[in-house]
Amino acid sequence: MWKEKAIKFGLMSSASVSVISVALIFLFLFKEGGDFLSSPGIGSLFDTRWTPVSFVNERFGLYPLIAGSLLVTFLATAIAIPFGVLGAVYIAEIAKPREREILKPFIEILAGIPSVVIGFFGLIILAPFVKNVFGLYSGLNALSGALLLALMAIPTIITISEDAIKSCPKSYRQASLAMGASRLQTLWRVVMPASLSGIIAAIALGMGRVIGETMVVLMITGNAPQITASPLESVRTMTATIAAEMGEVAFGSEHYQALFIVGIVLLLFTFALNIFSRLFYRRYGNRS
Amino acid sequence: MKRDYAEIFFNSLARLVTYSITAVIAYIIFDIVRNGIGVISWEFLSGFPSNGGAKGGILPAIVGTVYLSLGAIIVALPLGVASAIYLTEYGKQGKFNEMIRLAIVTLAGVPSIVFGLFGLGLFVLFFDFGSSILAGSLTLALMILPTIIVTSEEALRAVPRSYREGSLALGATQWTTIRTNVLPYALPGMLTGSILGIGRAAGETAPILLTVAAFFLPRLPDSVFDQVMALPYHLYILATQHPEIELVRPMQYGTALVLLVIVLAFNLGAIVLRSRFQRKIKSQH
Amino acid sequence: MNDTKQLSTKQQSVLEPQVSVKDLSVFYGEMQALYDIILDIPTKRVTALIGPSGCGKSTFLRCLNRMNDIIEGAHVTGEILIDGEDIYHPNADVVALRRKVGMVFQKSNPFPKSIFDNIAYGPRIHGQKNQGILSETVERSLQRAGLWNEVKDRLQKSALELSGGQQQRLCIARALAVDPKVLLMDEPASALDPRSTAHIEDLIDKLRKDFTIVIVTHNMQQAARVSSRTAFFYEGRLIEVGRTKELFTNPSIKQTEDYITGRFG
Repeated sequence: MWKEKAIKFGLMSSASVSVISVALIFLFLFKEGGDFLSSPGIGSLFDTRWTPVSFVNERFGLYPLIAGSLLVTFLATAIAIPFGVLGAVYIAEIAKPREREILKPFIEILAGIPSVVIGFFGLIILAPFVKNVFGLYSGLNALSGALLLALMAIPTIITISEDAIKSCPKSYRQASLAMGASRLQTLWRVVMPASLSGIIAAIALGMGRVIGETMVVLMITGNAPQITASPLESVRTMTATIAAEMGEVAFGSEHYQALFIVGIVLLLFTFALNIFSRLFYRRYGNRS
Repeated sequence: MKRDYAEIFFNSLARLVTYSITAVIAYIIFDIVRNGIGVISWEFLSGFPSNGGAKGGILPAIVGTVYLSLGAIIVALPLGVASAIYLTEYGKQGKFNEMIRLAIVTLAGVPSIVFGLFGLGLFVLFFDFGSSILAGSLTLALMILPTIIVTSEEALRAVPRSYREGSLALGATQWTTIRTNVLPYALPGMLTGSILGIGRAAGETAPILLTVAAFFLPRLPDSVFDQVMALPYHLYILATQHPEIELVRPMQYGTALVLLVIVLAFNLGAIVLRSRFQRKIKSQH
Repeated sequence: MNDTKQLSTKQQSVLEPQVSVKDLSVFYGEMQALYDIILDIPTKRVTALIGPSGCGKSTFLRCLNRMNDIIEGAHVTGEILIDGEDIYHPNADVVALRRKVGMVFQKSNPFPKSIFDNIAYGPRIHGQKNQGILSETVERSLQRAGLWNEVKDRLQKSALELSGGQQQRLCIARALAVDPKVLLMDEPASALDPRSTAHIEDLIDKLRKDFTIVIVTHNMQQAARVSSRTAFFYEGRLIEVGRTKELFTNPSIKQTEDYITGRFG
């Protein structure tokens, strides 16, 4: 049956596009950025200053960019976790069926709002608000960025955590309730521990989304490449750096190459979060 | 009875948290609708921008977004559906399949700006498409490919095994079985995936930043090798790069509203379609 | 064990077997599901396969039209001859085999199409486009399955609207529409109420004049009612095979006796 075989081959080729794409992504990031590693050399990346356009001394230190990304990501995650997890618990365990049917799509809509629109909203409404509350010169800082990013991570965390909570077998709950435990005790001592790996996977995926997000941070974190732990300082993330500078850079220059290196580092971060999340997700997926 | 208070307190807290999230969502949408609705007019939707976007309409940006999303889906849909068919219907285990699955997960996690870098390196420079609709659409297509594969797989898996067995037992080949007795029932679910994909492609900014988007180009494109404006990029420019940001605020809101309506319409469509599909599948068993 | 094998070999010689199974073993990955099955299935007779759950009777049945092929990791050794041709030969045509060997599943599986399209599905995929011939085939198949009078006025209605028993007869009619020689039935009445079951059994009684039927059942009364030969499977082995009457009244092996008298299973 040559026809069957031809079709199977065609389908297989289509499926391998994903594999090829991933390979090409790594390949082309290295192709465009790789020369930087030999000259000016990998050592110049380990520097505390990112001043790619300078008449005196161009420096391509990644530390401020990584620090910026991490600060914003951790803040956003810290904000998103209670909202995301409590939201998931509410939707999965407490809400009435009809309430759930309205809440779930509503949360999904949030996931669908384009990031540039959220950034725009932040620019006009949130940043002035943050500025007034803390009495700052400008509301464009890590905190404003983190608040918006948390908002973007929440749907991911809710959707996947809710799945995890829902897939906790009924028999666990019944066993606990039958022993006289209250619903709340059952939730905390039985359901949540059983769903924990799924929830961790959800959080890791949410973090992946946050660290890779571009437009919101570009529009609202102020974009000053500095190493700081203060939420009220302006920071510049890896994503924002690429987006802001790629448009004005000379093709093939050291700066151009450095931006691709930033892309590689960023990709490695998200890749690690993804693998981490998948390890947990798989474990929880196997149970059901 | 003390326990009950704890439960009431916890439930109220969870409810408060959940509804505060929905309140924020509602407020974002409300704010954009309230400030944007006044700007929307036939002239705004069908006119060309002038004065660097401070005046006139946003037609080129709407058209650009439509072209880019359509281009992305035209490439991604057949690839995604074919991948899903391969993964669910043919060889379900094995090294190759695991590799594909890992690749899909990885692809889904690649930040959109990295897709932009990749599109720049491969399509714009290496294939020499230049900054063009073609380069932008292909970049977006790869970005939405995982969504389409995953939703198509779900749709295929929802088709009962017995349909396949029944057909095979009558002497149908595997492909005939898939074509006549599996795909027709998975189609609505696949449609959901592609609509979600279009919505996502329409709303993304970072990938097109480096591969296609034009800052200000008050005309419609002639070919796939032309640059275009796009709604998300236009909004970004108006909101952050325009010399008179306060002055063009109405234009910003108008653009944001149009973008929001387009993207949410696709998302809502997908949600409605999916719940119908799920209900239909349920009723068959 | 050697005794068993010889005994069953002696017992099971039949005239003009349509299906002849030699040393059939089936593996799912590492696990062996069937061990060296030797069995002849006579032409235009009903052969029942009985045994406790997991004994391999369904696996055996699914070898006869190679439906095990679609199970990941399934691996078959030995030989199955149908009309003298080895169906597991590397050059064997699975499509032609499955046309010749129809199958009815445990749970009725009508496609979510109209009654007409369900029956016409087989002929259509085999290239029949002529509407007249299709209509004729549909009517003939439904009549043979004893369903025509109940559905002739609503052929365009969805098959899913039929009752459970009707759906199963529809599936039988669908299998008949491609003119098979052999009909495999995998517990065809296990999900049905007693009346529908009786319907199906009557139908099997009628069909045996024209088809070689192999039926898996764990209902021993049913095996006794519908079959002329019975094969007893246990833990992947064929323990005993013979004329149904003899096997049920005078089993020659202890395990068979224990099973049919209800001591296990």
